[in-house]
Amino acid sequence: MNSSETFLESKLPLLFAALFVLGLIAPFAVYPTFLMKILCYGLFACAFNLLLGFAGLLSFGHAAFLGTAGYVCGLMVRDVGVTPEVGILAGTVSAGLLGWLFGWLAIKRTGIYFAMITLALAQMVFFLAIQIKETGGEDGLQGVPRGHLFGLLDLSDNIAMYYLVFAIFCVGFFIIYRTIHSPFGQILKAIRENEPRAISLGYDVNKFKLIAFIISAALAGMAGATKTLVFQLASLSDVHWHASGEVVLMTLLGGLGTILGPLVGAATIVALQTQLADSVGSWVTVIMGAIFVLCVLSFRRGMVGELQALIKRSGVN
Amino acid sequence: MSDFILETRGLTKDFKGFTAVSDVNLKVRRGHIHALIGPNGAGKTTVFNLVTKFLPPTAGTIWFKGEDITREAPAVTARRGFVRSFQISATFPHLTVLENVRIGLQRKLGTEFHFWKSEKSLNKLNDEAMALLEAVDLTSFAETVTAEMPYGRKRALEIATTLALEPDMMLLDEPTQGMGHEDIARVVELIRKVSANRTILMVEHNLSVVANLCDRITVLTRGSVLAEGTYEEVSKNPKVLEAYVGSDNMNDAHH
Repeated sequence: MNSSETFLESKLPLLFAALFVLGLIAPFAVYPTFLMKILCYGLFACAFNLLLGFAGLLSFGHAAFLGTAGYVCGLMVRDVGVTPEVGILAGTVSAGLLGWLFGWLAIKRTGIYFAMITLALAQMVFFLAIQIKETGGEDGLQGVPRGHLFGLLDLSDNIAMYYLVFAIFCVGFFIIYRTIHSPFGQILKAIRENEPRAISLGYDVNKFKLIAFIISAALAGMAGATKTLVFQLASLSDVHWHASGEVVLMTLLGGLGTILGPLVGAATIVALQTQLADSVGSWVTVIMGAIFVLCVLSFRRGMVGELQALIKRSGVN
Repeated sequence: MSDFILETRGLTKDFKGFTAVSDVNLKVRRGHIHALIGPNGAGKTTVFNLVTKFLPPTAGTIWFKGEDITREAPAVTARRGFVRSFQISATFPHLTVLENVRIGLQRKLGTEFHFWKSEKSLNKLNDEAMALLEAVDLTSFAETVTAEMPYGRKRALEIATTLALEPDMMLLDEPTQGMGHEDIARVVELIRKVSANRTILMVEHNLSVVANLCDRITVLTRGSVLAEGTYEEVSKNPKVLEAYVGSDNMNDAHH
């Protein structure tokens, strides 16, 4: 906390307030479905960033939480007939439970082995999603109704749906922000910085990692469940490892370990995909790859990270 | 209660056929500053890792305050008041100096798992943290990001963070390594100061530091105890002299 960082932190509430207002008026200027997609992936990336940026854990299986929650929410809303908020809650909880299982298995290992275990487990979830008939295989879960929030507010209206998504994003974002800036988050950072030292100070580091993993998985699930309602579809691509890779890209591009970076990264990637899909078709993948390489080679701190460094430098001079 | 706070019995560690530590019976008397010396590769750091549970022993037992801690998790052993440092300075580089010490203090609040609480709740530890920083002469660095501090100061911070746990026993792995004369003098004074009412076991290459600081010395070579005693006894022991002359580390021993 040197002076320039304190300066940045003191401006943060102002920035959050400005972004909040922007979020409130945005659907009148931009196509709401596009915004909702950004917010869903933004929350997904923020949840991922909690794990990689603040606990130093690279999960390569986060699609499993996004996708599973999507399926659970879709099935609950379409086939059981619960209201949307219950569907989202069910999706979030199921992702949290799955995160508990994944975390419990993966945290026994570190580094590349940790990443590989999460990837392998996520591939098992993908395989199940193809095989089980309830999830609709390649077609995914189609025709999920948006329903009425609390049985009252009709969500088929895009603007109403947008405000629900926006509210969910804000709740998820606040949980992440609070977790990072909590006594727990402080120990998490200590573990990221120097794990043996944290152990020698008497902390059971695996418990901290597991809790962070569960929170991250549950919030990734919250994003996935919400996304299912937005698009009225729980798709197989959400459990595919592509989605796990994409969230890494979003987080790194926006700024690993920065609070707003993942949202910026998600917005950039979603916007590029939407813009490029029509004009260049499957070349999108190549362009994404090129952006990733460029990001890693020339601005490793990501967009928000580089901006912060710039402000910090100018603040010092 | 036994006079010995830490005891190892037949402590042995094999790494795939290479015996790094062989049948070490170490007894550390309560209140002593006890040094572990020996040429490079003698197994000093391995002994450290074993007694602090960072490595599981192949054979033998470890006793702390009369209790067998051989099979315990390292964090549990730390919570008993038996806290180690590391060869490379063990700090949290991107946290401030104050935050570093607070990490050590935080556990006693019992809120370390509270992810829903504001970190402002930790500010009530600031006075205590500042007092610890004052004890190691680091008050002026409190708001500095640790990575930006000189090396000698980081070792002092490490000691302050360890003291935050109010340990009964501290293990210091080469606390003066890589330091200039001025820093060495400061750290020696610091160790002397914090040794009041506690036991210290330290690995140290610098024999002049050992000579004027330590009550008792154990000499390790090739994983076994070669000699034990006061500095006068050990330094006159022909086996010890031979071990130091016979190794490449004569310089290590005297610089």
